Amino acid sequence: MTNENKNHEKFLHEENKIREVKAPDGSIIKVDPLNDYFLDDRPEIKKPKTNKIVEKFLNWSRAESLWVLGFGTGCGSIEIPPLMTPRFDAFRFGVAMRPTPRQSNVFIISGYLAVKTLKRVIRSYEQMQGPKYVLALGSCTINGGMYWDSYNTINRLDHFIPVDVYVAGCMPRPEALLAGFMKLKERIKAGRGEGANEYAEKFDWYKANQKKIINDWNMPDYNW
Amino acid sequence: MEKKNKSSIVNIKSSIIDDIKSRFEITDIVHRRDNMTFVTCEKQKTIALITHMKTNLGFKHFVLLTAVDWIEDGKFQLTYILNNPKQKLDIAVRTMISREEATMETAHKLWKQIATYQRELKEMFGIDFPGSPRVDENFILEGWNDIPPYRRDFDTKVYAEETFFPRPGRKTNDPAEYMKKNLHK
Repeated sequence: MTNENKNHEKFLHEENKIREVKAPDGSIIKVDPLNDYFLDDRPEIKKPKTNKIVEKFLNWSRAESLWVLGFGTGCGSIEIPPLMTPRFDAFRFGVAMRPTPRQSNVFIISGYLAVKTLKRVIRSYEQMQGPKYVLALGSCTINGGMYWDSYNTINRLDHFIPVDVYVAGCMPRPEALLAGFMKLKERIKAGRGEGANEYAEKFDWYKANQKKIINDWNMPDYNW
Repeated sequence: MEKKNKSSIVNIKSSIIDDIKSRFEITDIVHRRDNMTFVTCEKQKTIALITHMKTNLGFKHFVLLTAVDWIEDGKFQLTYILNNPKQKLDIAVRTMISREEATMETAHKLWKQIATYQRELKEMFGIDFPGSPRVDENFILEGWNDIPPYRRDFDTKVYAEETFFPRPGRKTNDPAEYMKKNLHK
């Protein structure tokens, strides 16, 4: 992939620069950390099963096991803890929290995203296992909300990662978030929860958008 | 009882300000509250004044350091707010520094936490504090490539529109006009 943002070189960290390393046998090896230390395979498109009954069953089971990544951004992160309390009790809908992206398949973007946070969001999203879904909370993820003219918060999330369900509001209450989960389940059962495939399909476009605004890139193109 | 306290704190404050005035050139004094006063001092003497207030006058607690951009005058105004916990008294020291050559003497040796404020001011206003620890590192922004965002000549709206893919169809109401139409019929 071509790196169009010239700032990436400017903000490249010392440990990511191309350098020569002396091997134990005395030979000199050229090391390019960003390309050598990570897998550079692109994400693959996983096509749905051709048998419709099997696919329907799979979608039903996917919809009933939503594991949310415990990653709070912006003010909406405070709406997530009450979701797990007796009052709102998201467990009854089969929604549970996991602490790491490797074990979860739903990403709640809970509010405004600073450029710095977006970088972490992209890393976490790419590490999640597919099929994965994104639930965007609040008006900030839709059009920037009250931070639409801020110097450091992004305006619309769907240019950087694919979004399945938007929950409007500033901030939406936990009830709205539960409604969003129900909507997400309907969407998955209808076979439209194809965010991971969409990301793989339009990978170049998403990467170009991400690289345009994240100057301090310093990470591999695809974070396995 | 309250009245007595009030007059006593004013007396203490005036004696402290007399002390400061006798030692340093104070150009401006603004009494904001009974227990809060802003004094303005020239740039070279500011750190000496703060040191004097900390060591001799009991202003042990550092509240905050902040900057204001007076773009019309070509100046940055720095404000150091100090607190005297025993007398429950705040005195803020203000100083004007040039906007073109925005450097200020570092004060991190008086209170360690000033280094963090100075890092923030370096990033947000571009005011340099030579010798302050980690002052050149990123503080909040990563890979910022424009003029510092809190300077008033930086247009955040234009920057956001150029950078962050604004969603078309957004409507904005002028709050005053909107309230006239919808709330004050």
